[in-house]
Amino acid sequence: MPLPSPENIKAQIEAGVPGASVTVIANGSPSGQHSLLLDHAHARAVAEFLRDDAELRLDYCSLVTGVDWPDSEVTEKVKVKKLVAGPDGAESEKEVEEVRKTKVPGYLEAVYHLFSMEKKHGPAILRLRTANRADGTHLPSLTPVWRSAEFQEREAFDLYGIVFDGHPDLRRILMWDGFVDYPMRKDYVPPEDDILVTGVKA
Amino acid sequence: MITDVAELERIAVVNEDGLGDIMEVSMGPHHPSTHGVFRMDVRLEGERVVRLKPVFGYLHRNHEKIAEHGAYLSAIPYTDRLDYLCSMTNNWGYVLAVEKLAGIAVPERAEYIRVIVAELTRFQNHAGLVGFLLQDMGASGTPLMYAFREREKVLDLFESLSGARMMCNYMRFGGVRVDCSPAWLTETRQLVGRLPGFVDEFENLLRANEILMARTQGTGVLPRELAVNAGVTGPMLRASGVNYDIRKVDKYGIYDRFSFRVPMGEHGDVYDRYMMRILEMRESVKILEQALRDIPAGPVMDAKARLRGLRPKAGEAYGRIESPKGELGFYLISDGSGNPYRYRVRPPSMINLTILEDMCLGENIADTVIILGSVDIVLGEVDR
Repeated sequence: MPLPSPENIKAQIEAGVPGASVTVIANGSPSGQHSLLLDHAHARAVAEFLRDDAELRLDYCSLVTGVDWPDSEVTEKVKVKKLVAGPDGAESEKEVEEVRKTKVPGYLEAVYHLFSMEKKHGPAILRLRTANRADGTHLPSLTPVWRSAEFQEREAFDLYGIVFDGHPDLRRILMWDGFVDYPMRKDYVPPEDDILVTGVKA
Repeated sequence: MITDVAELERIAVVNEDGLGDIMEVSMGPHHPSTHGVFRMDVRLEGERVVRLKPVFGYLHRNHEKIAEHGAYLSAIPYTDRLDYLCSMTNNWGYVLAVEKLAGIAVPERAEYIRVIVAELTRFQNHAGLVGFLLQDMGASGTPLMYAFREREKVLDLFESLSGARMMCNYMRFGGVRVDCSPAWLTETRQLVGRLPGFVDEFENLLRANEILMARTQGTGVLPRELAVNAGVTGPMLRASGVNYDIRKVDKYGIYDRFSFRVPMGEHGDVYDRYMMRILEMRESVKILEQALRDIPAGPVMDAKARLRGLRPKAGEAYGRIESPKGELGFYLISDGSGNPYRYRVRPPSMINLTILEDMCLGENIADTVIILGSVDIVLGEVDR
């Protein structure tokens, strides 16, 4: 039995978990795998609903990963009416092109791919987004719902700096304890390699 | 064996106050049984495990970042180095994800060649795993050498097909890199004809051995519900009695054309996981026989597929296959440029380690070695 469409799942979630806000995010690729964006407050309840619902039974969380979307600047040209002084000194209203720059704040994203081992369908894709990339990088952990997220959320914490609240054992997993940066972020600058540099200088 | 978690916690707490005899042992990173650089922080009460934390990352080279910096094509040879025993299936997982992302078709003949090399890979991986597992159990040398003798024959085939024994770098989006020759097919048919005899010999060697049964039966039990919830996949999951094989569920490639069974265990102990590999080798041989019989003539690359300068439309795709170790998936996000914006590997080896502690609690320290051996990990994939 195939998985219901994302719109259908959204409706089921909203009926099953009162107050949850779900947004369908369309995917332009031929794969046609659309995803559902969840709010933080209801994420755990939605996850439990998806896992336990008799029709959906998404009992298997296959993949958990982080994605970095850095701050970006959108440049657009806007036509504005302005008073411009003419050659004779008199001011007249004219249309002038102006370049406007707007900052779009970035965020970190955690993506969960769910399947059902019982019903043999999937994937349903969940997304959670942090408030920003600096001090608001907290997300609710879904490890209490699917144990398979345990190491993968640790990895997203280690490499992206997403802090999963409610994770039983949130430590670095691939990098060593005491490492300070988050290497998978797009703006990560690797340190100069001492060995190579020494080799050149000597 | 203590199965009550509360009881174990009580022991651990009492002993942290210095009232008992808790010994902390760091097994690894250089321990012959860890199959690479892998460490287990174990707390013992006597010889019984009361806590176990896996520690890894020694081989971490940020594979995902490297792939995000290069073109789509240039990631293929890096995937060889994930699970370096199974480069063919790693290639397949990745090209399948790219094919989904960009909507690329694959010609018939290439699909058959993919199945043939993937099943040969599964066969040699399982043979190797059983060899290593028996080695860990103290059956020194002989089983492992039997397995390696057979594995070498498969690697010879890979070498004559792709130019390399282990780092094959063979598949491309839209097909495979080079066609196989009629002579190669003949050689493969001859080898596949001999494989059932090898499995019989291998199985008879130790299957009913009393020591092996005493050590493996009832050891490291993984209950069905926990296996599903913890995302365990592959032979390990099926040993716990869950019928989930992505070759059957997704029917990717042309797997719907072959008749084969999905072996399943009942107890989820080390013995079931060992038998699962033996049975899967037999099923792989069945698939190989059918694929080698039916392989059609034709091109091996889709004429419209672009390798260099591939720029998929912005979007994302998750592609997954049944690798010998479990569900190997690749998650790709394209922003319309020539290299992936996000490239993520779902490593079955690492995720199957999530429940290592659960399987080892209450067991003897010596058994952690065979429990780990029955998980089947390759550190190149765990650490990436």
